[in-house]
Amino acid sequence: MQLLEQILNGITLGSIYALIAIGYTMVYGVIGMINFAHGEVYMVGAFVGLIVMTILSSIGASLVPVYLIAMLLIAILVSSVLGWSIERVAYRPLRGKHRLIPLISAIGMSFFLQNFMQLSQGPRPFAVKQLIPGSFTVSESFSISYMQILIPVVTLVFMVLFTYFISKTKLGVACRATEQDRRMANLLGINTDTIISVIFVIGASLAAVAGVLVSLYYGTVRDTMGFIIGIKAFTAAVLGGIGSIPGAMLGGFVLGFTESFASAYIGGDYKDIVSFVLLLLILLVLPSGLLGKAEIEKV
Amino acid sequence: MLNMQPSLLSVDSIALSFGGLLAVDRVSFAVESGQIFSIIGPNGAGKTTIFNCISGFYAPNTGNISFNGHAIEGRSSHKIAKYGLVRTFQNIRLFKEMTVLENLLVAQHNIANRNLISGIIKLPQYRKAESEALDKAEYWLYQLGLTAFANREANSLAYGQQRTLEIARCMVTEPTMLLLDEPAAGLNPKETEELDELIVQLRDMYGITVLLIEHDMKLVMNISDRILVLDQGRVIANDLPSEVQSDPAVISAYLGEEE
Amino acid sequence: MKQNFQNAIIATVLSFVLLSLTIGGLIQVEGIETTVVARPWYVVIGCTIVFIIQLFRDQLVFVFKGFGNVLKTLVRAEQIAEHAIQLKGSDRFNPLFYLTVLICLSVYPFIVSDKLWIGMFIDIYIYILLALGLNIVVGYAGLLNLGYIAFYAVGAYTYGILNHFYDFSFWLALPLSGMTAALAGIILGFPVLRLRGDYLAIVTLGFGQVLVILLRNLGSITGGPDGIGSIDRPTMFGIEFSRRAKEGGVPFHEFFGLEYNSIIKDFFFYFLALALVIFTIYVISRLVKMPIGRSWEALREDETACKSLGINSTSVKLSAFAISSFFAGLAGCFFAAKQRHISPESFEFIESVIVLAIVVMGGMGSTIGIILAAIFVAVLKDYSQDLQEYRMLIFSLILIVMMIWRPRGLFPATRPFIKLQNRQKSQECGC
Ligand SMILES: Nc1ncnc2c1ncn2[C@@H]1O[C@H](COP(=O)(O)OP(=O)(O)OP(=O)(O)O)[C@@H](O)[C@H]1O
Ligand SMILES: [Mg+2]
Repeated sequence: MQLLEQILNGITLGSIYALIAIGYTMVYGVIGMINFAHGEVYMVGAFVGLIVMTILSSIGASLVPVYLIAMLLIAILVSSVLGWSIERVAYRPLRGKHRLIPLISAIGMSFFLQNFMQLSQGPRPFAVKQLIPGSFTVSESFSISYMQILIPVVTLVFMVLFTYFISKTKLGVACRATEQDRRMANLLGINTDTIISVIFVIGASLAAVAGVLVSLYYGTVRDTMGFIIGIKAFTAAVLGGIGSIPGAMLGGFVLGFTESFASAYIGGDYKDIVSFVLLLLILLVLPSGLLGKAEIEKV
Repeated sequence: MLNMQPSLLSVDSIALSFGGLLAVDRVSFAVESGQIFSIIGPNGAGKTTIFNCISGFYAPNTGNISFNGHAIEGRSSHKIAKYGLVRTFQNIRLFKEMTVLENLLVAQHNIANRNLISGIIKLPQYRKAESEALDKAEYWLYQLGLTAFANREANSLAYGQQRTLEIARCMVTEPTMLLLDEPAAGLNPKETEELDELIVQLRDMYGITVLLIEHDMKLVMNISDRILVLDQGRVIANDLPSEVQSDPAVISAYLGEEE
Repeated sequence: MKQNFQNAIIATVLSFVLLSLTIGGLIQVEGIETTVVARPWYVVIGCTIVFIIQLFRDQLVFVFKGFGNVLKTLVRAEQIAEHAIQLKGSDRFNPLFYLTVLICLSVYPFIVSDKLWIGMFIDIYIYILLALGLNIVVGYAGLLNLGYIAFYAVGAYTYGILNHFYDFSFWLALPLSGMTAALAGIILGFPVLRLRGDYLAIVTLGFGQVLVILLRNLGSITGGPDGIGSIDRPTMFGIEFSRRAKEGGVPFHEFFGLEYNSIIKDFFFYFLALALVIFTIYVISRLVKMPIGRSWEALREDETACKSLGINSTSVKLSAFAISSFFAGLAGCFFAAKQRHISPESFEFIESVIVLAIVVMGGMGSTIGIILAAIFVAVLKDYSQDLQEYRMLIFSLILIVMMIWRPRGLFPATRPFIKLQNRQKSQECGC
């Protein structure tokens, strides 16, 4: 039964990583930088979720779907604004400068958000009430909590929405065109600045969804929660092939499974190391990732 | 014939595609030592891509390239440069925020005294090596008329001077062969003429073999010993300048392109 | 103005959305009850600030530009003066100036004669060491190392472990610490230095995290979360600085027939740190004028061009990485000897960011700038009671603002002026 449990864990973790990894991969695809602050957007999303939940419960709301939808939507709203502002304030003025420069700015932004949240709410974890307690029993030694079902389902819903957006809508197609060749897209009359903003907004929304889900699953939220998970989701994006959206989803799940098995069989203390070693290995053997295509840098 | 010496550079049926686009399609040619060999062709014909294959920035999908007895296809670019084959770039690539002199010193990296200890405590052999490097840099600055700009940042130079500096930077590495990618692009007629003289001088005085990509037909026809014409990745002519000029295939390729 | 006003309104509305559900509600936990207390004032103040900044954006940009121009003029003046000196034939080295600085720094501890004030300078020196080392990779080679503090940790633990288990002395462990850190840099850098620079950033960041985890969990070697204690202090030619010497030794005060005073030990550490800083400044100032240093900068400017000239960019990167880690290792060893106790919490990611902030602020590639920035940051970090809470916020803002405003730092490095030898006119070059 342990195997099944790990598989379930893997799916849960993988969903989270996949949601966050999409933001990394899209931003990297279009402006070629690691958005270090992305993990912090996720963290802010989680906090907003908690605040919305607390407000709802103090005004006496009781329906679970109301909670869930309100938390998700408002977290998405706030995170979108955040993602948009981050790009406007910290990255856009730095376009075309040496690669190092936006990277340092991104680190600064990541730290700023973390400390901003720490100063406004305090440097400690906050408990999140269980929204959907209970589980459903399969056999005596094995049960699946409702949260473990909810997470993949919500993830699936957002992935489907996202896939629809990116492949069917005009804006989505413009996003992909911009990712493939920004100059060309610009020549074709696409306002690439707007598209870049849209990409930040979408990435941030998915991260906010992940933030809300995680806070419900683990029952806690804190200022530092975005940092490690950010690195891991980036690992997932690299694993799948940076720049590739299906790659980010796949990479997220591969990493989720690897980690859940690693923490079961090697020990929880070392699970962060596993993903790091995985990252090093991919970069060594398969730098373009599972689904990415090897690009020849134009000289 | 007695003269069975192999060519300095021989490119044998190389091909390279990007995704679906066949940028270079089974191209072969040979450059003899001491030649000025030009590659011409319309935009996107694959000229720069061939340069990139020769200088190790791209690895051709198939085919062989040999330089001075070394098989160099797919080799890393810095190794190829060490064999004495250096290049300039279509879009100038100087060390922009470093001074002109520094650009020339950096280029001598492989001949410099790189022993850390002797550099840190300035041993005599280190001083000597540095002074020699400086001499060589000054020599080329003088030859190319850049002495007055020695301590200016490279990106503060005029466009034409930057192109010249790029050539100087190649020359301080003491190359056997020089690949010049559109060195006359953006130059005025007078500068182009000077460049023309310079290239011939490099060959005549320093024995440099030159492989040249150029759009400026006058320049090409004046100085080339041989011309290779490319169109859509394929060789459509490889001949003497006078013959190429009257080649119907070349004329149609160009007429189809321009005007 | 109308445009600005519109933008200001939009920015204010967005800040309202952002702030009201983050800082605008304080989460309070009482028992099992969680409530949110509204803090409207925070939101109002935040929105007002954003509104004003946006409204007077042009003026603000103007002020910043003006300030930047003042700095530029200063730097330029210094450069011109320097060139004038060099043109006259004398070297850049100006003995009088350096001697004065050295004398001031040497008498300083005796004048203040106070543990706290001496300690502050020792801290500053450590930051200077770290920042000068990081500057090699970030400022010169243009590579982002986000796990720099991990190499500092490697240095510290090298001494800690060698001393704890094998009784190595400080002086023997000092070069070893540097070398171990350099080796760690090479091993880590090797797989990633071939790849794009961004990967290096994330891998070094990951390495920093992993190292801290390892330090916490490999208890039998590293002492786990408690770390390693009772590390030996360095000796001066075998003379110790404790009240009582280890078996057979003579402590400093007895050797010189003085009264025991623990401040003597602080003097010693002060001068040791100063010596390390001087050594580092000298070595780095040499390195950057040497072929190796030039190749670092060339790499930052254009890697493709480097390769085309026969420079092996991977080994150039590796050399920058290794040498920079070496200095972190030295600093780490000194830190372990000074603290006498090391534990994982001294080597968290935050520290890497602080050192990065120093480099970024001081001016990538500029030694003087970095020294000034190190002083500023060290004082802000440990010696400003009022700003304690806000210091990390300030550091992170420094990173962003500097990148937008002056990416090459407050005091950017000036290009070296190389005097021509003018020999080629009389004689032909032998090439
Ligand atoms: N790294 C690359 N990735 C994808 N396509 C490439 C790459 N390098 C070159 N190409 C494509 O290969 C074709 C040939 O390009 P190349 O630069 O060799 O042309 P060229 O003959 O030098 O043209 P020009 O006269 O404009 O310089 C072009 O269609 C170009 O877009
Ligand atoms: Mg070209």
